[in-house]
Amino acid sequence: MSTPLLEVRDLVKYYKATGFLARNAPPVRAVDGVSLTVGQGETLGLVGESGCGKSTVGRTILRLQKATAGSVHFDGADLFALDRGALRQARRRLQIIFQDPYSSLNPRMSVGDAIAEGIEIHRLASRAEIPGRVARLLEEVGLDAGYASRYPHEFSGGQRQRIGIARALAVEPAFIVCDEPVSALDVSVQAQVLNLLADLQARRGISYLFIAHDLAVVRQIARRVAVMYLGRIVETGPTEEVLARPAHPYTQALLSAVPVPDPDSQRFRIVLPGDPPSPSNPPPGCPFHPRCPHLAKDDRCRTERPLLHQLGRGEVACHHAGAPA
Amino acid sequence: MTPLLEVQDLRITFPAGGGISRPVDGVSFSLSKGELLALVGESGCGKSLTSLALLRLIPPPGEIAPGGSIRLDGTEVLDLDAAALRSIRGRRIGMIFQDPMTSLNPVFTVADQISESVRAHRRVSKRAARARALELLREVGIPDPEARLDNYPHQMSGGMRQRVMIAIALASEPELLIADEPTTALDVTVQAQILELLDRLRTARGMAVLLITHDLGIVAGRADRVAVMYAGRLVEEAHTADLFARPSHPYTRGLLASVPRITGSVTRLTPIAGTVPPPTAWPTGCRFHPRCPEALPRCPADDPPALTLGVGHQMRCWLAERAAP
Repeated sequence: MSTPLLEVRDLVKYYKATGFLARNAPPVRAVDGVSLTVGQGETLGLVGESGCGKSTVGRTILRLQKATAGSVHFDGADLFALDRGALRQARRRLQIIFQDPYSSLNPRMSVGDAIAEGIEIHRLASRAEIPGRVARLLEEVGLDAGYASRYPHEFSGGQRQRIGIARALAVEPAFIVCDEPVSALDVSVQAQVLNLLADLQARRGISYLFIAHDLAVVRQIARRVAVMYLGRIVETGPTEEVLARPAHPYTQALLSAVPVPDPDSQRFRIVLPGDPPSPSNPPPGCPFHPRCPHLAKDDRCRTERPLLHQLGRGEVACHHAGAPA
Repeated sequence: MTPLLEVQDLRITFPAGGGISRPVDGVSFSLSKGELLALVGESGCGKSLTSLALLRLIPPPGEIAPGGSIRLDGTEVLDLDAAALRSIRGRRIGMIFQDPMTSLNPVFTVADQISESVRAHRRVSKRAARARALELLREVGIPDPEARLDNYPHQMSGGMRQRVMIAIALASEPELLIADEPTTALDVTVQAQILELLDRLRTARGMAVLLITHDLGIVAGRADRVAVMYAGRLVEEAHTADLFARPSHPYTRGLLASVPRITGSVTRLTPIAGTVPPPTAWPTGCRFHPRCPEALPRCPADDPPALTLGVGHQMRCWLAERAAP
């Protein structure tokens, strides 16, 4: 297999507790040893619930936040070793779109100027060429080219997300971190944006790291998926495989909790007890063991941290994966 | 049997630039004791305003237009004076919202806030109210309820806060609970817990629930009946099994086709084109016609009435004339 476009190894991000009383508090282990790869033109879905560290993974890869440890290689270059100038060059090829495009767009900058900003910074076109480029980008994301002179507040949530996508596309990236891009949208608009992202990938060969909490959305867009819990990947593999035969008890619970618009699908619902534990004080052993409903749960789960190991066509971090639950 | 709640021809008006907008425009439905009715629609369709109207909580300058009727167990809510209204709000009709953090008071403990609700309903001592608060925390499934009594809202997770909100609403033993997007801000595994809880409570207490949601998925396994709302009107209403077996309004079908699925083959989503228009610009005729893939020549001019498709199954669409048995 050829080298992947993006390779993340043992990524760690701890946040120090701040404040006088918290001086000696343990750090928050937001990301605690994550490795993943994304191939050229591929989408990897990164799934998990709030606080599992999935967004931190995305931001740390782009060096929007400084990693505590680990490495990220993009197209052969070690991103964490780049100096400022080289990082700026690399950033042209790595972009991000957010859940709430409104808070990531400057309210006093017209849509056209916001899209043109990246093109100007990276000198990708002459001043005279810019309006034409902006118009083509707006049309590519399904907006009217005439919107360039308008301001973000004039648009609906779905339109703003399209503007955010156009802005990311302006610098011709090879890789986009999509951080919950459709979570805040109504279902009909969510479907429009998912189709748009798929079309752009088919046309431009862009790779996505698609971060989401919704397994059905991830299934729609990603052929491979990684499931995170408390700062770690607990299961990864081909999406169809993982969803058809989830091996980790957490993946099983997550899948069974997905609301399905079909009253006849009387699936067995696994309702997990409690909330995810605090990442500043993760349980010893398997981080999932206090909530785990697996029948084979034993002392080993409480003391020994399970590592990712091959199972079928995927990998899973559970001592009892494969055993009857 | 008379229904517990009977809403007829509810209209809500807001002054809008010299004219009047009608974000809710002629909504009728009923709800029986112990029944769960889901009111489904995308943002801006008027579902939350409809629920606020039941408690006469429409924010001014909005108002409920004369001519409609809201009957609770035979009493006309629209005729009540302020004192009589207080005997309904939070007592006979309880309400929980999407974001429990903004509905809870940050400077009072959980025990204070539940006791307040208990004492508003029954004349009991502070000590008895606290004991009742403990019982309620236990009933809504909060682990270690004794320890939680003296917690402040910020010390609890989102799921726990929503349980506290439900406990406060239950303190007055309401006959009807309005749940406005109660799980939208929660993770899927926590969402499953809360929905399970609501279902258990309505069975145990014979309490009617009006569940307001944008997610057809959470409706499927739980609601008795579903009412789909678009542009200020109910466009389709049916028993849940019927609605999913025979979704008939093009808007309902569009919503269902927009939802990514967790099973079956992954195919391109077929979203509804465009977005919901603002209430100041509801289209003429059928309000869905500009987005409707099946619009007939008469649709832009003729507003379809509610037409019957089967037992308890109605829709506002001219296609019903062809489909009707």
